[in-house]
Amino acid sequence: MYPDYMAESLRKVAQTRPARLELARKPDPVYPPMSAEERRAVLEGFHPDFEASARRPVRVGPNRDESLTTEVADLLESHSWLRSEQVDLRKPDFETDLLIIGGGGAGCNAALVAMKEHGMRSIIATKLRMGDANSMMSQGGMQAAVSRTDSPTRHYLDAIGGGHFENKPELVRALTEDGPGVVKWLEDLGVCWDKQQDGALKVMHGGGTSRKRMLSCRDYTGAMIMRTLMDEVRNHPDMIAVKDFMPAVELIMDDKGRCAGAVLYSLDSEEFFTVKAKSTVIATGGYGRLHIRGYDTTNHYGATGDGLVMAYRAGAKLMYMDSVQYHPTGVSFPEQIAGFLVTEAIRGAGGQPLNKDGELFVYPREPRDIEAAAIIRECAQNGGGVTTPSGRVGVWLDSPLIDMLHGEGYTDKHFPAMYRQFIQYGIDITKLPMLIYPSLHYQNGGIEINEKCETDIPGLYVAGEASGGLHGRNRLMGNSVLDYNVFGRRAGRYAGEYAKKVKLGKLSLAHLDAYEKELKDAGVKTDLVTPVLLPSYAPEDVKKRQLLRGNNTLPGSTVLQNRLHEERSGA
Amino acid sequence: MTSVAAGVTRNLSISQADGGRSKSEQRLIPISIMGKAYQVPADATIMGAIEYAGHQIVRGAGCREGYCGACATLYRLPGDYKIHTGLACMTMVEEGMTLAQIPYVPAEKSIYDIEELKPNVSAIQQMYPSVFRCVACNTCTKSCPQGLQVMDYVQAAKRGDIAAVMDLSFDCVVCGLCMLRCPAEITQPLMGIMAKRLYGRYLRKDSPELAERVKAVESGAYDAEYAKLMPMSREALSKLYYARDSE
Repeated sequence: MYPDYMAESLRKVAQTRPARLELARKPDPVYPPMSAEERRAVLEGFHPDFEASARRPVRVGPNRDESLTTEVADLLESHSWLRSEQVDLRKPDFETDLLIIGGGGAGCNAALVAMKEHGMRSIIATKLRMGDANSMMSQGGMQAAVSRTDSPTRHYLDAIGGGHFENKPELVRALTEDGPGVVKWLEDLGVCWDKQQDGALKVMHGGGTSRKRMLSCRDYTGAMIMRTLMDEVRNHPDMIAVKDFMPAVELIMDDKGRCAGAVLYSLDSEEFFTVKAKSTVIATGGYGRLHIRGYDTTNHYGATGDGLVMAYRAGAKLMYMDSVQYHPTGVSFPEQIAGFLVTEAIRGAGGQPLNKDGELFVYPREPRDIEAAAIIRECAQNGGGVTTPSGRVGVWLDSPLIDMLHGEGYTDKHFPAMYRQFIQYGIDITKLPMLIYPSLHYQNGGIEINEKCETDIPGLYVAGEASGGLHGRNRLMGNSVLDYNVFGRRAGRYAGEYAKKVKLGKLSLAHLDAYEKELKDAGVKTDLVTPVLLPSYAPEDVKKRQLLRGNNTLPGSTVLQNRLHEERSGA
Repeated sequence: MTSVAAGVTRNLSISQADGGRSKSEQRLIPISIMGKAYQVPADATIMGAIEYAGHQIVRGAGCREGYCGACATLYRLPGDYKIHTGLACMTMVEEGMTLAQIPYVPAEKSIYDIEELKPNVSAIQQMYPSVFRCVACNTCTKSCPQGLQVMDYVQAAKRGDIAAVMDLSFDCVVCGLCMLRCPAEITQPLMGIMAKRLYGRYLRKDSPELAERVKAVESGAYDAEYAKLMPMSREALSKLYYARDSE
């Protein structure tokens, strides 16, 4: 239940609802969408990326002197877990065609396609369980231009406009052109898309879409896709070996500068294993658990940007790592689910963001960065937010409108996960609005790739959230689910093709020593060791006692991670 | 309305509304984590409480938002003989609760080729014959943290009603609690995944417009438009973008 002091504000929301319902029933936007100038003003004034300390130049590596998100620069200016002389590379513990790092949607797609198209064997090495990934959590849907009023090129224009025209054109083309084929691929694997009576795919709007092209599986879209892909991966144990709780901690190169596998670390036994692979795919996802600028996150437990730092040490260039996506609608209250994702499909279905007086202050379907910045502005500048008992702030997202617009039972049928999340705390979202605030959601940039998922390093491929260039500096809703499918499949195709031809040379970890030297030469002083692997949520006093254990326990619980988390979260 | 497992729905305590509490003023309650006593915040989730106690969870946390099923938990309450089940990320602690997370539920997934199966009872018989051991005790349904009618979908599977299994198991997060509690040792979530795949593969209504669109892409129908759009300057694209109509 909402605390009593919010009753007055809730009363105002109910009071303005009939008029807003009338607006929503008309074809015109319920609030004027912003012009290019208005968009720029709200971004520069209120988006967290534009705060003075949000970015700083990185002092080492391929993007040296480029201004990056501060936490990312910290992550890159760090020590490896390993020194080259510690690891015996003469006799690898495992050999395979493809090593796929990350067991989310991109990784599973890559393994399946490399097998089906090229007969290649894969190892999927994943930090937690296969499927412990942001892929599993996407609620609202996947964009694909499948309806008759839409086209892939129309999808192209929406995506590139949403990304402020900075997206790499060849990647956006691959995304939008492969979209319909991906829908079919997944359907043939057994994904149950939401359909209309006649079998046509049900399509909805998302932020920044000019045609309805959001496909869904209730609000368990990612879960449905991910479980289908995982099930199919597990149907091929002879071709795809899954190594759970075995994150990669460094890439292995050969003496010709090609990627040749990785060193894995077993979270169970604390052993290191070497994998020699003809080609390597990084599909490690994003970095929400670094809690950039102290924000809550929608991300899964292992989203700590591991792939970025491994690839960077090996010499791969990053792109747009100065841009962070804050999802406009994270939960602000109840405290226990603060930061959780409230799917954008709620706004796609007619939900409206409102200030404490129950008034609209932004078009509900602006691209994400614009919508998020407008919500922050409403709270920070206009005093339009509602403060929670723990001191968070939020605006209302009026969900009861949805059943009024689409008929009773619609929310129950299409948003069962959302309903469950709130009813645990006595909030029935068909009767009461949700209190929301932007939440750290997505890594817009990443390791730069081309349309074949190739990087600067031969033999190293990247797919999904870990990659950069596709979304420019702002991703639209539903384009990440499509991303991990399109580029996961492409990574499997091209890494598989490459693996057929390559003859690897002598294995090497010399790049780690070179990077360490570069840190020293640049005068970087840090005790940070990465990849981070897991965040720590222990209270401060516990963390202080954990400091005494030194650096010989699980990575996530040690000095270094604590420091990172404390500094970033402002805890 | 979507049902929620009994024992999960709770209101926040009124004291939440006091406002401005600092962490040190949090009301703490005693609970037992794997047999060891801790004081944890009264309004914490089980996952929050375990982390408050200083544990670094490795097995037992995934999405942390109720989608991935990594955090299956068993618990008992004082003066209550029942074994309760929940997802640690979604269930609140209670005074005197004694709990353990379940790191993994052993279960054998059947290996199959979806192209070789038929969407009827034969697939269930071949791949998950244990389903027919169901004694209709309803323990699975009672143990489901999602509030799903698990036994009903097991019964539907016995009848070969794949569409009903799909519908009733749609929101399953594969936490494994039902199969852990099942006296007939059925692996309900795994059977549910197969049934959903059979539905999607064979029983769906096909979308004619999807087939047309896939064909159009393959025949290069959009090549010319892409060739026009891709080299466009930022200014030209911007003009086109802001002038586009919306459906």
